This record gives sequence, C-alpha cells and structure tokens, in this order.
Amino acid sequence: MLKIDNLHASIEGKEILRGINLTVNPGEVHAIMGPNGSGKSTLASVLAGREDYEITEGSVDFQGTDLLELSPEERAREGIFLAFQYPVEIPGVTTTNFLKTAVNQIREHKGLDAMDAVEFLKTMKEKMKLVDIDQSLLSRSLNEGFSGGEKKRNEIFQMAMLEPTLSVLDETDSGLDIDALKIVANGVNALKNSDNATIVVTHYQRLLDYIVPDYVHVLYRGQIVKSGDKSLALELESKGYDWVKEEVAAV
Amino acid sequence: MCGTFKGGGCCTFDLIIISLNYLTLMSKEAISDEQILEEFTSKEYEHGWHVDFEADEAPLGLNEDIIRFISAKKEEPDWMLEWRLDAFRKWKSMAEPKWPNVKYPKVDFQAIRYYSAPKQTKKPESLDEVDPELLKTFEKLGISLQEQKRLTGVAVDAVIDSVSVGTTFKKQLGELGIIFCSFSEAVKDHPDLVRKYMGSVVPANDNYYAALNSAVFSDGSFCYIPKGVRCPMELSTYFRINAANTGQFERTLIVAEEGSYVSYLEGCTAPMRDENQLHAAVVEIYAEQDAEVKYSTVQNWYPGDKDGHGGIYNFVTKRALCAGNHSKVSWTQVETGSAVTWKYPSCVLKGDYSVGEFYSVAVTNNHQQADTGTKMIHIGKHTRSRIVSKGISAGQSQNSYRGQVHVMKRAEGARNFSQCDSLLMGNLCGAHTFPYIDIENKSSQVEHEATTSKIGEDQIFYCLQRGIDEESAVALIVNGFAKEVLNKLPMEFAVEAQKLLALTLEGSVG
Repeated sequence: MLKIDNLHASIEGKEILRGINLTVNPGEVHAIMGPNGSGKSTLASVLAGREDYEITEGSVDFQGTDLLELSPEERAREGIFLAFQYPVEIPGVTTTNFLKTAVNQIREHKGLDAMDAVEFLKTMKEKMKLVDIDQSLLSRSLNEGFSGGEKKRNEIFQMAMLEPTLSVLDETDSGLDIDALKIVANGVNALKNSDNATIVVTHYQRLLDYIVPDYVHVLYRGQIVKSGDKSLALELESKGYDWVKEEVAAV
Repeated sequence: MCGTFKGGGCCTFDLIIISLNYLTLMSKEAISDEQILEEFTSKEYEHGWHVDFEADEAPLGLNEDIIRFISAKKEEPDWMLEWRLDAFRKWKSMAEPKWPNVKYPKVDFQAIRYYSAPKQTKKPESLDEVDPELLKTFEKLGISLQEQKRLTGVAVDAVIDSVSVGTTFKKQLGELGIIFCSFSEAVKDHPDLVRKYMGSVVPANDNYYAALNSAVFSDGSFCYIPKGVRCPMELSTYFRINAANTGQFERTLIVAEEGSYVSYLEGCTAPMRDENQLHAAVVEIYAEQDAEVKYSTVQNWYPGDKDGHGGIYNFVTKRALCAGNHSKVSWTQVETGSAVTWKYPSCVLKGDYSVGEFYSVAVTNNHQQADTGTKMIHIGKHTRSRIVSKGISAGQSQNSYRGQVHVMKRAEGARNFSQCDSLLMGNLCGAHTFPYIDIENKSSQVEHEATTSKIGEDQIFYCLQRGIDEESAVALIVNGFAKEVLNKLPMEFAVEAQKLLALTLEGSVG
C-alpha cells in the first residue's frame, strides 16, 4: 500500500529526514516511536503533504501512485488521513458542516454523487457511537474551546467519517487521560480492517497497549534505526531510548 | 401601441423611474423567475408613456441653474426646489471630510454630470452578447439563467418585466396602507409625508456628501408603514444602481409608524459595472413608538481592477432615528464592493428603551479601501445598542472600522456591546479599528471587544488534509468568521452573501 524509499526531507535548509525506508501493507498497524526531535511528526507532515518541507531525495509510492506528486487535498481524497497532534480551531464552522464539505469533495473526486443531508446525518449517527462523541460537540465551532480529549476524539470521528485507506495518527495520545485514551484507541481499533492500514506515531508505549501494532520502528535522527514487533515498544518503555542511541553511535 | 420597451424609441425618463421603482417592489421570496417571466409575457404594459424630453442631459458641473434644471425635469413642486437650493448653499460652505482612513484623488465636482436621462442603449439580444466574465460571476453566485438575463438586460427586458410584477405587489401592499414607491413619485403623490420626514433624520447640512445629495439627488425609494401594520413581505430594492445612471445620488426614506414592522433589503448581488465614480446616497429611517425596522444591504459595486484603477467611491449617509419608546432599528450590511467606502449606518436612540443594532461584514481585496462602522447615540433612558463588525482584508487593501458610542447624560441605564473582529489574509493588507466611546452618565454599561486574526496556513492545511480544496477552505473559514452577521440576513440574501464573500476573496490566499 505504502512504500517509502530513501526519503530525505528538510525544512529551511535543515535536513530532518535522512533516508527513511518503510513499507506498509493493507491490514497492518505500524508504530513509529522515537525521542523528541527524531523526525516523527515531520514524517507524518510529509506524508500529508505539508508544503513547509522540501523533499530532497527519495520516493513515496501509495497504491501505485507517486504520492509526492499529489497536492495535500488530492492525497486526502486518495485516502490518506492525518490525525493532527494539534487539531486546528476554525471559528464559526461546525464539525458537521466541515465534514459535510470534506465528505462531498472526496465523493466528487471518486465520481460519486454528493451525500444528501439525511444520509449524511444517518452516517454521522453511526460513526458517533464509535468514539462516544456527543451531537452537541459536532454542532459547535470546530475544535474551538474543545478539551484536549474532545479534540482527539473529534479527529478519530473525522477519520471514521472519511474512511481513509491509510491513517497516520500523530501523537494522538498526547494530552489524553487514560479514559480518553481508551475511547480513542477503541475507535481506531473498530475502524481497522483488512483493507486499510494505520501508522501510529507516538512517544510513549502506553497507547500501544490499546492499539496493538504489528510492527514497531524506532526513528532516530531522521532514520529508522531499529524495527521489531510489539515487544520492541515494551523494551523501549523499560530501557528508554539511550540504548538505541548507543547502538547507533557504535555502528 | 407603444407597449414594449424594445419597440419604444420614445422611452422617457419618467417611465424609467417608475419602472425602477417597481423593481424595488420585488419580493424575491414570493416570486420565482418563471413567474416573473410569465407575468411579463402574458401581460401588456399597463402604464402610459410620458412626455418626451427634448434635452436629455444637463451640462457638466454644478450651480443653482443645474439644480433648477434637475428639479424642473422631475416636475417637482417649488418646496422641493427650495429645499434643494437651500442644501446646495449649505454644501458650498462646507468642506470635504478628511478624517476617514482612505486615500483617493480629489473629486472634481464640476466635472460630473448631475442629470442625465437614461439613454436608450442597445440591449443584448441573448446572453451570448454579454461579457463572459460577468456570466462566469453569475454562475458562481448561483444566479439562475432567467435572473442573469434580467440582470444583464437581455431582450426579456427586465424593466418592463418587473413593472408587471411590481403592480401585483403594489395592490397587496396598498390594501394595508403601505406606501412603497420611488422618491420622485412620493414627492408628487405624498408631499405631506415627504415634507414632514425628509431631512428629519439626516438634515441637509449634516455632512458634506449628505448636503450634496440633498441638492442633487436623482431618485430613490420611499416607504411608509402605517400604524400597527406588519409588512407581510421583505421589501426589496434590487439592482438599482446600474439602471440608467440615475443611481448616483439616491435618497431613501423609510417611515415606520407606531407599532409597525418592516424588513427592507437593499442591494444588488451582481457586480455590475458603472461608469459613475462618485456615489453619495442618503438613507433615513424614522421609527415611531414600538416600531421595528430591519434594513439589510448587500453591496457589491465595482471595486476597480486588480491594480486599483477605476471603481466606485461610495460615500453614504445612513441614519435611523428611533424616535418613539421601545422602537428598534437593525442595520445589517455585507460590503464587498466599491473602491472607496465611507459609510456609517447609525442609530439615534431617542425613545426610552429603544434599541439599535449594527451587524456588518466588510470585505476588502486588492486596492480597496473601506472606512465603515456605525454610530450609536444614546439619548433615551435604558436604550440599548449592539455592534458586531467583521472586517476581512486581503490583497493590499485597507479596512477600517470606525464606531462611535455616545451615551448622553439623560440616557440612564443605557447599554452597549461592541465587538469588532478583523481577519487578515496575506501580509500586505491592513485592518484598523477606531472606536470612540463617550459616556456622560454613570449608570450606563458599555463593553467593547476587539480581535485581529490572520487566516492561518494551519487552518487551510487542516481543510486540505480533509480533502477540501483551497477555495472552499477559504470560503468555509471566512463564512465561519462572518457567521454571526450572515445569520442576521434574510435567508435567501444570506446564501448569496456567502457565495459573494467566497467570490470576492477568490485567489487571495496562496
């Protein structure tokens, strides 16, 4: 589904990603971990197409398409979803209205008719249950005055509505208490199927107790320096990142 | 039979005025385009043709003779002429205001033609002959084909078309005692009302442009709602300015008697080009006890090109007098057009417990300049006012909010709430806020809130990442920003206003 090959990216002349290689297949959950400043969020942003980053080398293939050639909205319409670490506030625009615009632009892209209001509300009601989100929240201005937990739940709700092929969750666990974390994780697990895939970018192992990854990768200084199964996450949790750094230094 | 517009080479000034005025009777909610067309095609024109004029134009420039000429052309009574002359003499002693935060070349008042009968211009036979740019705009605004034809004056002949429609409504309104006609007609048919109220809210010497308007006003609308009557439809002036060069100095007078209600819509949501550079209009609203008037404007006049050439100077005086106790006037405006705007719809809250409201969205793009806001003058006890101003600046434009809240000594318990929000797009535009607050008693409560924000790349990217294209993203964000004001517009107007905002700002991010 996704094949990242020797990806280099820099911002304002400073190289952040220095040759990322990663392959994600349908049905898989990949966790990307790493210390602060290792490039985790950059990788998420680059996949979503944020223009601040310059791609200096490498390629990204997404379902046979050169992802780097696509604009951010085209990527989204092709099925890439980024759950933001800091969801953005849009005053005066309700989540409902926002999502209706998004859903219908994606449908138009796929050559489908726009969803009418009744159908849209019906779909919304179904998906609301997945993340235990309340109607009143969706009628408020998008993310404005939302608590940290509400913002993240809203992100997963949007993911449920847009039904992406590849979801990238950027530090979705940050700022969540354990209850909120469970709700968010349950939502993600409920949306998982054999055709889609998830990349979970996280700093802590905690989230991976609830969203169990098939693979864990350690990102350090812009490269994936270690990969393994979920036990790698536990090892990192108990030992910290220093031993990985030492290993890299020794090479 | 001289019954169709096309056929009549004998079109006269009077006819146009009357027709235009009937245009103002359009209620967009009640009448579909099909109905309008049907009316037109199935009905003969009912009104007689008037006298032909020999001379169609006044010479350039302004002096007492010109004013006499205008008044004579309009067959006005002496008192009207005297009123005009008096205004003219006052105007001569006045100076152009320098305080607005706008820059424009000095207007040469002697280079303007103050009276020009509408020319019988050749009407396009079909939409194929109409400027494709204009049609593209119509399409984006979602204006139906029939409406497009009407607006561009394609053979269907908007003017006559609307006369017949207007007549239907005129009858319905007449039964309720509501008067809704052109100002010229009111001067002839309802002189007592006009004499009583004209200048009672905006005196002839109120300000430079109001004085000019009082001297040379071309026409406008008159609306009278009798005691206890609730006007059953939105009264709408539609597409006035571009018609036949007569829109340059308009004058509107709305009188709402005790306990009456009217919602009045002014505007043209199509960006018509107009040769006239200077527009100085006056709107007066007089509200008696328990009366309520809602006045909504969507203004979309030619803003000039991308480099700041051309465009309308829009210098308008709009004021309401809440004369009676418990009266209420709301101004709602969406301003997207004009090169230079200078406009402060105001409320003088004289009656005790009277209420004034001002809801405004002002958008400037490219080289547009707007200095707009409101004045709330609290005179009566327990008067309340609410100001919500949303300024959106893009391109290299300058957008200023200028508002005055004045609470007089006897206005005990007066309350005001003002909120002024500015949204910036790009780095070259400017947003300015000039609030003036004068409080003369201790029992009043005045609040002012102001914010300035920039349309964030983060906001845009968030939308893009959800599959929403940039244009739609900007529209979403801007409409969200202006929502509180747009919600105050009548439904159909609000939808057009939303599209208009998006259209005005198209391409201004990125």
